[in-house]
Amino acid sequence: MAYLEVRGVAKSFGKKKLLDGLSLEVEQGECVVVFGPSGCGKTVLLRIIAGVLEPDRGEVWIGGKSVMNVGPEARGVAMAFQNFALYPHMDAFENIASPLRARSRPEEEIKQRVHEIAGLLRIDHVLDHLPKQLSNGQKQRTSLARSLVHGPSVLMLDDPLRNVDAKIRYEMRLELPRVFRKFHSTVLYVTQDYKEALALGDRIGVLMDGHFEQVDTPAAIYGSPRNRRVASLFGDPPINLFPIRPERGGDGAVHAQIGGQRVALGPRAAELAGRDCVLGVRPEDVAFGFDQAEGGIPVELAAVTPFNVRTVTLLKAPDATEILASRPEDNSLAAARGHRKGWARIDLDRALFFDAASGARL
Amino acid sequence: MSKGLLRRVIRGGLLLVVVLFFLFPMFWVLLMSFQTNQDILRTPPSLTFTPTISNYVALISGEIQTSVGTLPVYYMKNLWNSAFLSACAVAMSLVLGVPAAYAFARFKFRLGEDIAFTLLSFRFAPPILVLLPLQLYFQDIGLYDTYLGLVWVYQLITLPLILWIVRGYFEDISPDIEHAYRLDGHSWFRSMWKIAIPLARPGIAAAGLLAFIFAWNSFIFALVLGSSDVQPVTVGSLAFMTASGIQYGTIAASLVLSVIPTLVLALYTQRYLVEGLSLGAVKG
Repeated sequence: MAYLEVRGVAKSFGKKKLLDGLSLEVEQGECVVVFGPSGCGKTVLLRIIAGVLEPDRGEVWIGGKSVMNVGPEARGVAMAFQNFALYPHMDAFENIASPLRARSRPEEEIKQRVHEIAGLLRIDHVLDHLPKQLSNGQKQRTSLARSLVHGPSVLMLDDPLRNVDAKIRYEMRLELPRVFRKFHSTVLYVTQDYKEALALGDRIGVLMDGHFEQVDTPAAIYGSPRNRRVASLFGDPPINLFPIRPERGGDGAVHAQIGGQRVALGPRAAELAGRDCVLGVRPEDVAFGFDQAEGGIPVELAAVTPFNVRTVTLLKAPDATEILASRPEDNSLAAARGHRKGWARIDLDRALFFDAASGARL
Repeated sequence: MSKGLLRRVIRGGLLLVVVLFFLFPMFWVLLMSFQTNQDILRTPPSLTFTPTISNYVALISGEIQTSVGTLPVYYMKNLWNSAFLSACAVAMSLVLGVPAAYAFARFKFRLGEDIAFTLLSFRFAPPILVLLPLQLYFQDIGLYDTYLGLVWVYQLITLPLILWIVRGYFEDISPDIEHAYRLDGHSWFRSMWKIAIPLARPGIAAAGLLAFIFAWNSFIFALVLGSSDVQPVTVGSLAFMTASGIQYGTIAASLVLSVIPTLVLALYTQRYLVEGLSLGAVKG
């Protein structure tokens, strides 16, 4: 039995059904990232687990027991709020000490543990500051320290890196896994940033339309998304999606028109002949070159965006189909800025096929 | 003269008119309190007179000299009654009203809005409407002419005021701050006591001060429900309409004296009123 279980939870606000029979299981010590577009109910899910919001139906189980009749203070759940929710009239030390005070720990222990966690998160020099005197990064760390200080069995972080600047976000993304391991907490982490999701999650739950569309490891979510909506949420630049209708040619091989060019789809598409599909190709699986290659699509170089390490190019096929390609940075493309003809070659072994109507992966 | 300067002069002038309009009566009362009745009643009124403190002496010593002899006044007793009644009424309203305001702000319960509105509606009806039946009841159950009885009916004035003002302040506090405190492991009662009330303190101070002033200025309840033993200054000042005429000077002096406590209180609580609700801990 999983340590944290959400069973068929539903919650509506007025006529809007936000969560619709959602279920999730999280093992002890595991970090599950709840990922989804804004307004999809991620925060509501955390609040229901925390006990500050009542579900319309469904149950939350922690450690093998239903906690539906247990108040938020007794669930053994800690949460770092997106808006930090620090106590404005208490200094950072008292903010962090609050969970320990609630447990009536001796003063010596409180001091020691607050300084320990503050040192770990590098806020030990601002412990005597009031929240309004702290920078956003420090507030975020204070709020995180408060949720970690008593070693909670379930830790929930509600988009904690949203309100901090890019540098701290990057640092924390590296630091958080270390912190989670140290406390061996079961972690639910909410984010809208797919990079954060891929970096932090043991598993990622993609929340859409009131339920989890897919709960899987980061590699599986990225490499074999269940449907095209999941596929398009992950990746920057986003995945290329081409509507295609594979046909079986005279030689028995399956072909499709991509960008006005007849492209052999390879053995994986053998059963898709005659069916409307969507071909999903990650930009890194598109190779662009100035020399004609077999199976290549003639394209025009429409735009080049250097991203330091990788260069993203926007290619235009003769029928105006746009193809995004990304490739390791080199200077040849930068020199070729402007409209140049070239050839795009799609790595079909790594391409994804989706049903045109349902969007499900084939 | 430049346009900006002209505008500033006009604005200053208009402000001066407003200030004079509101402050002149108080200024006149202050002058009257240092005049004898003869000076006050002189026509046309004059700004030149020989100041006298006889009005204040009369109030404090408890004896007023009139043309028909010496009359006793109980002004100092009345002043004490005012302070005692108002303070008790506000204290009772705070004890009852702050937790109630918290409940109305934070919890949804059946008839919650209706109860809150009913409490507010006490302020709609003219007090005289309930006073006559109240007086009969009070005489029956022995509350007539007691401090307890007056403090009780003063709740009609102070409780709705405190309830509604403080409720608004509680609603302005982000519930997440309290949620966070609950998740730390504290009970809802502690989260009210340690988080909500300290954060709403400026609002509670403002409501308390306002309620105190309303209670201090109330007249009709004490007039009907109490005798001279428990009457506040508002009612006590009626004694200066004596058989030998209205003692304008004494009335003015009693007004000046009765303003002082509320003025001092307002100046003292100002510190809390301007102390902004610093929500630096929540972003967005």
